[in-house]
Amino acid sequence: MADVNPDDRPLSPHLTIYRPQMTSISSIFTRITGNALLIAGLLIVWWFLAASTSPEYFDLANSVITSWFGDLVMVLSLWALWYHTLAGVRHLIWDTGRGLDVDTAEKMGWAAFGGSAVLTIITVLVI
Amino acid sequence: MAYVTDRKRATGLGSAKSGTEHFWGMTKSSVALLILVPLFVFTVGPMLGAPYEEVYAYYTRPFPAIVAALTLVVGFMHFKNGVQVLIEDYTDGLTRKALVIAMICVSYAAAATGLFAIARIAL
Repeated sequence: MADVNPDDRPLSPHLTIYRPQMTSISSIFTRITGNALLIAGLLIVWWFLAASTSPEYFDLANSVITSWFGDLVMVLSLWALWYHTLAGVRHLIWDTGRGLDVDTAEKMGWAAFGGSAVLTIITVLVI
Repeated sequence: MAYVTDRKRATGLGSAKSGTEHFWGMTKSSVALLILVPLFVFTVGPMLGAPYEEVYAYYTRPFPAIVAALTLVVGFMHFKNGVQVLIEDYTDGLTRKALVIAMICVSYAAAATGLFAIARIAL
């Protein structure tokens, strides 16, 4: 008999049952970075709202974003943004049917980690 | 129920539902963000920590304001669809529905607030 109760069907297996590999780690980091960017996204929206409201409100948002904790969040988010961007490029390449063999997929995983670190350092130095 | 075949009962119960549309939506927004994100990072970046007058004057200019508005709108719509996949992978039932709806609300609210703020500065 087919399962007629959608709520009882199993969820996809994830983190706990596989040995960590470049392919799985680079994939889970794509998910973590993408969703964690909500924090930075909301902070930036709040910063814009404050700037559009009054100089006093802007000073509050500005002091939060430029505090040591704000700097930490922003630099980590910057890395997350570059990593997610490069990992996204990887997905766009895969979507065309190219680079799907393990060797190429692992190389692109290293490229995403390395490339995002380099881009983060360059961005911090430029801005 | 006894009169429905297994094939008929299974139709529409797949996890994907309108999966191809969702996939294509993510593809489109990711390509858009590939262009917008670098533009946004290098325009908003130097403004973070800058004094009020400078930030205000900068975002009265069309280019930075349009880039910021587009990035926030496309970005939050990309987040809305992306976080839905996360929620669907790890939760089910009412929790899944409640979280998906909550994240849709957060995404539209953030995009609207960002647009409102940028428009108020720029205009």
